[in-house]
Amino acid sequence: MSRVLIVADHDGAQLGAGVARCITAAGRLGGVAIHVAVLAAPAAAMAQQVAALAGVAKVLVVERAENARPLAAVLAPQVAKLAAGYDYVLGPSNTFGKDLMPRVAALLGVGQVSDLMSVEGPHTFKRPIYAGNAIITVESPVGTTLVATIRTASFAAAAVGGSAAIEAAGTDAELPTHTRFVSLSAANNDRPDLQSAPRVVSGGRALGSADNFKLIYALADRIGAAVGASRAAVDAGYVPSDMQVGQTGKIIAPALYMAIGISGAIQHLTGIKDARTIVAINKDAEAPIFEVADVGLIGDLFKVVPELTAALGG
Amino acid sequence: MKILVGVKRVVDYNVRVRVKPDGSGVALEGVKMSINPFDEIALEEALRIRERGQASEVVAVAIGPDDVQAQLRSALAMGADRAILVKCDAAVEPRDVARTLLAVIRQEGIGLAILGKQAIDDDAGQTGQMLAALWERPQVSFASKVEIKDAVATVTREVDSGLETLEVDLPAVITSDLRLNEPRYIKLPDIMKAKKKPLAVTDLATLGVSLAPQFKVLKTEAPPQRSRGIMVKDVPELIAELKKRGVLS
Repeated sequence: MSRVLIVADHDGAQLGAGVARCITAAGRLGGVAIHVAVLAAPAAAMAQQVAALAGVAKVLVVERAENARPLAAVLAPQVAKLAAGYDYVLGPSNTFGKDLMPRVAALLGVGQVSDLMSVEGPHTFKRPIYAGNAIITVESPVGTTLVATIRTASFAAAAVGGSAAIEAAGTDAELPTHTRFVSLSAANNDRPDLQSAPRVVSGGRALGSADNFKLIYALADRIGAAVGASRAAVDAGYVPSDMQVGQTGKIIAPALYMAIGISGAIQHLTGIKDARTIVAINKDAEAPIFEVADVGLIGDLFKVVPELTAALGG
Repeated sequence: MKILVGVKRVVDYNVRVRVKPDGSGVALEGVKMSINPFDEIALEEALRIRERGQASEVVAVAIGPDDVQAQLRSALAMGADRAILVKCDAAVEPRDVARTLLAVIRQEGIGLAILGKQAIDDDAGQTGQMLAALWERPQVSFASKVEIKDAVATVTREVDSGLETLEVDLPAVITSDLRLNEPRYIKLPDIMKAKKKPLAVTDLATLGVSLAPQFKVLKTEAPPQRSRGIMVKDVPELIAELKKRGVLS
């Protein structure tokens, strides 16, 4: 039986949404034992959350003060030691995994498959290139540990319903002191997380100002949605960069995506193409967003959005 | 301190790439090629550090065929002091790029390497982190702000949960995110001046690197297209449609 080691993502405080997606991806490899490594401090609560996910056979916990913050330079040597004897080492393709996994791969002396989006066989995978404008099928060598980051939007989250064994794991890896955490200025947290929310409302440059974005917030709050933005809106300074949806921002797959005043540049579309239902509201009937939208409404957002928000009220 | 900047020649970001009908790759014939945009940002940051008097020299390094000299000349025109082309006609995987850059770093005595966070062709996003691992030095990926004082870099990076600031001892590897800076435009006199700047050509054998490719691309295909849906005429129709689809209750 092949063995898979998944590195659980976290931001120092909370378990990330990526690990549950990686478990589903690992299951597609077929007939594998799935172990998840939690490197954190404190780690107990995260380990229990992971142990409760269906499909996990074992949770390896490395709790040490140095792991309080997920610093790639500190985590990578520990993951590389834990990886001995595993056929696959996976992490989510979010900023946690994108930062960490290539460093792990290099320490293991192997390459990496980035943004793995489908498992075609034990050594055959699909991944996007050119901002998702082409998909390649890649074959990895047999007998070599495969390191990959998992494109989280391509896999559903593993369900709760497991009871995996939790094991303390230590490594004698020497940890560097050359990298030190200074601060984290967290994004606005009173709305649902953009990466994992089932509903997302995004605004584009047509909003015209940071102040006008309140229309987007009001609609989002009315339907319990996370708020996103196009790169144009971010570049114009209307909203912070962690709200950017698209190839160079967040790639998301909500059940409902509402693109408001977003023209639909290719790099934005790449970030939403796995959304189940895309709604576009734009006054330009020729906007490319309408070519991919499931439901389109041509109109002035400054009229349509307040009307929509009001109609959905109470 | 010498700064190394990685330069990759890629299809220009304005070009809409097309997959070849036989599935053998994307069509590159006659397509405009440019410096990877994230590498331009990396170069701009290196130039600013030098202009603040915190670096003595900016060296642009590329791996690839002779054609890549055009992009290295652009890097020189932007302001790099000199360029090195590691000649190689084969496709090079990120780990081999990292191994090659490390050989250059050791040869040149580099104090800081700034690379793009990813190339917009293969979108791998691996080289910087792998280089840092092989070099056994710190990495700061997705940087949006870089400050250097003595031998320490304080770097803010864009992470999913917000903006994280790290402090790293130099030498280190930094990879640039989109908002690190806005690269300068190249002016005509700069292009003339760049022609006189040194561009050294070496190869993998001279650097003592042999490629060890690991992956085989079996097929390239176009992504499945979403099809155009329906248009509604007003808000009540929109709400009715969304309720019908079960995405709003």
